[in-house]
Amino acid sequence: MGLFVAQLLTGLANAAALFLVASGLSLIFGVTRIVNFAHGSLYMLGAYVGLTLMNTLPGAFGFWGSIVLAGLVVGLIGILIEICVLRPIYRAPELFQLVATFGVILVIQDLALMIWGAEDRLGPRAPGLKSVVRILGEPVPQYDLALIAITPFILFALWWFITRTRIGILVRAATQDREMVGALGVNQSWLFTGVFFLGAALAGLGGAIQLPKGGADLLMDLNIISAVFVVVVIGGMGSIPGAFIASVLISVLNVFGVAYIPQSTLVLIYVVMAVVLTVRPYGLLGREEKAGEHGQVGEVERPIRPVGTRGRAFVFVLLVVLACVPFVGSSFLQVLITDILIFCLFAASLQFILSSGGLVSFGHAVFFGGGAYAAALLVTYADTPMELALLCAPLGAGLLALGIGWFCIRLSGVYFAMLTLAFSQLVWSLVYQWGAVTGGDDGLVNIWPSAWLSGTTAYYYFTLAVGVGGILVLRHIIHSPFGYTLRATRDSARQAEATGIDVKRVQWLAFALAGTMAGLAGGLFVFSKGSIFPNELEIGKSFDALIVVFLGGVKTLSGGVVGAVFMESIKDWLTRLEYWRLILGLVIIGVVIIAPDGIVGSLRKLGERIGLLKEQESMR
Amino acid sequence: MLEIDGIHSFYGKAHILNDMSFSVARGEVVALLGRNGAGKTTTMKSIMQLVRPRSGSVSFAGTDITGLPAHKVARLGLGYVPEERRIFTDLTILENLEVGRQSPRAQTPSWTIEALFELFPNLEERRNNRGKALSGGEQQMLTIARTLMGNPSLLLLDEPSEGIAPVIVEQMAKTILKFKADGLTVVISEQNLHFAKMVADRAVIIEGGAKKFDGTFQDLEEDPQVRDAYLSI
Repeated sequence: MGLFVAQLLTGLANAAALFLVASGLSLIFGVTRIVNFAHGSLYMLGAYVGLTLMNTLPGAFGFWGSIVLAGLVVGLIGILIEICVLRPIYRAPELFQLVATFGVILVIQDLALMIWGAEDRLGPRAPGLKSVVRILGEPVPQYDLALIAITPFILFALWWFITRTRIGILVRAATQDREMVGALGVNQSWLFTGVFFLGAALAGLGGAIQLPKGGADLLMDLNIISAVFVVVVIGGMGSIPGAFIASVLISVLNVFGVAYIPQSTLVLIYVVMAVVLTVRPYGLLGREEKAGEHGQVGEVERPIRPVGTRGRAFVFVLLVVLACVPFVGSSFLQVLITDILIFCLFAASLQFILSSGGLVSFGHAVFFGGGAYAAALLVTYADTPMELALLCAPLGAGLLALGIGWFCIRLSGVYFAMLTLAFSQLVWSLVYQWGAVTGGDDGLVNIWPSAWLSGTTAYYYFTLAVGVGGILVLRHIIHSPFGYTLRATRDSARQAEATGIDVKRVQWLAFALAGTMAGLAGGLFVFSKGSIFPNELEIGKSFDALIVVFLGGVKTLSGGVVGAVFMESIKDWLTRLEYWRLILGLVIIGVVIIAPDGIVGSLRKLGERIGLLKEQESMR
Repeated sequence: MLEIDGIHSFYGKAHILNDMSFSVARGEVVALLGRNGAGKTTTMKSIMQLVRPRSGSVSFAGTDITGLPAHKVARLGLGYVPEERRIFTDLTILENLEVGRQSPRAQTPSWTIEALFELFPNLEERRNNRGKALSGGEQQMLTIARTLMGNPSLLLLDEPSEGIAPVIVEQMAKTILKFKADGLTVVISEQNLHFAKMVADRAVIIEGGAKKFDGTFQDLEEDPQVRDAYLSI
């Protein structure tokens, strides 16, 4: 009983920081409709800034003052981010905003590394709250009790601010109809900036307040962000009380999970989330989201056409060149191109669902990794021949996509994105924690191709055939009636429905198809490397693919492939630099703001300007 | 007081307003008449700068407001009541009114919540109800009251009679006449000629995004050709 209570209290204390970060994210989303992926980074900054301040300011006053100051400093950094990065892209589609905030994560990671170094830091203990209290015989840190006492006050203060002050009323009005609030004489830009300040300050406060419990390190940004997503998704986006309830639920669940079923804590959390969302798709206290609120950036979408003769000739020449590589290039080059081809297929599958389907999947790596693991498990446990296992990779991933898609397709926009991310995390945690079967962190090794493909050159040709084949199949589908239907559901779901298209079914099938192709890429990957580890289905891998598609050009057909080639080619060189994240982050932000058409789109425009390409008759 | 001079407005590549010009004098009530899709709402939005005219200019009380952000236009004293009402359904009536609040202006009737409740007694009864619990007529009253909280000197009313019970339409006409008596300038867009005649001094007929007629209702009566060409269904 004593242990039970002590664990409950620990859970409640852990909820404090989580709630602060989640409520900030929720607040920002409510007004600006931007899911700030960099919110974890603000939390991390709060911890580092708080630590620095605590080391300078003495005593209890210094300790608590540092926490408040850290919140303010991070709030100011939030203003900077809002003005420089987000203001130019409020009208852009959500993908652009998400990618931009992801760029911010990279920038902050390297800035923190520069300023505070790579070592993990321990937080100081709170003056006057250093000891433990015995509750029912179990020791409970005094600081935990202080946190439990503080959290309701923060909740109350936020609630009061939102419901009782003029600014709070304006914030709620803007959540619903920004333009109307502007037409009534309210300067929305400053309202947005103000909300961003508050949201960022809350994250900073969260980072600083958890210092005595957790310290500061460079991984805490991404570690908290998936937990925060789970919290806001369960609680309902934009709902502060929802964020509170979900923070407590998740934190308590986590503590008990660690105590009683340590091997499946993570899984437990994601299962709870899946259950909540199945029953209430918009979270416990969330509101139904109206679809199609997001505008276009730049010009109207161009009609997609099959490649002309010149384009075909170019692809043919390219293939001939690639086929000749083994005669002239080193085996290193062959391995590199094999990697690139696999990544191209993966990126093309994401581009398919993203550009043609209009569905921003944030967990696409789960199908890549899922396919790879399906093949690897078959080889490891059933001694399946490589040919059959490789065939099962896309099948397994396709089935997985059917399952995950069944849940996710019911939502759209940001909710869809968060849900795909959460499900991919569920699968990742399953793979990571179920070590007995999947090998956990050690992965699965010794997954080699059959004898006839064991040479580098043989596997190179094999990948070339399958990879390019897969990409061509995807392109072909886009130009088929199914592709037309899919694009119809993207452009106007309602109109499509009125035409007699079963929108959800079409999207579901497209999602499964994209998963299948990603799985095929995963299958090729595992046999080329001979091993597979959980990081192949992590968030990071999903983001890699998103960034590649984005850099290549979202509104184009070949953007994914071109972006993948570009990225994989420079990655080797780029990652050798000390602060490559900073550079990449700035490039991403720059592309979002300056050249939202990506590489392919920008080249096409350039070609049209200098007269190499005929200008397409674009629609009204 | 309001000068619209040769504006062209677009939605994407669709050319909606084509060289639209008219002016409104202080204290006048002007009705914009025309069929669905004639360009009445776009004219309203172009005045408010919610749609930015690509060429031409809009000036209000001697200030060129072309290209200003909408909140600055509102702060100069232009009050906009949108056709779709756009009340904040999650906010109570009192909170909706609070969003519209601006400080009083010189030479302009100024409003308090009490005065607005006197004008629209239904709203007072339900002041702590959320917007989504209101009927169509109540929502329309709330939108007007919300805009009046900004103490505008010119009111843009986009199709106030649309989708409202006839009894309330009549009440609405009286209200608008009261505004006029208080010295408020009003531009109202209407498809209902009868309603427009009750409240307005002058009619501006719009068709295909351009002005086709500008004059008193009497002139309009005497020119049945214009009326039949642009107003009959």
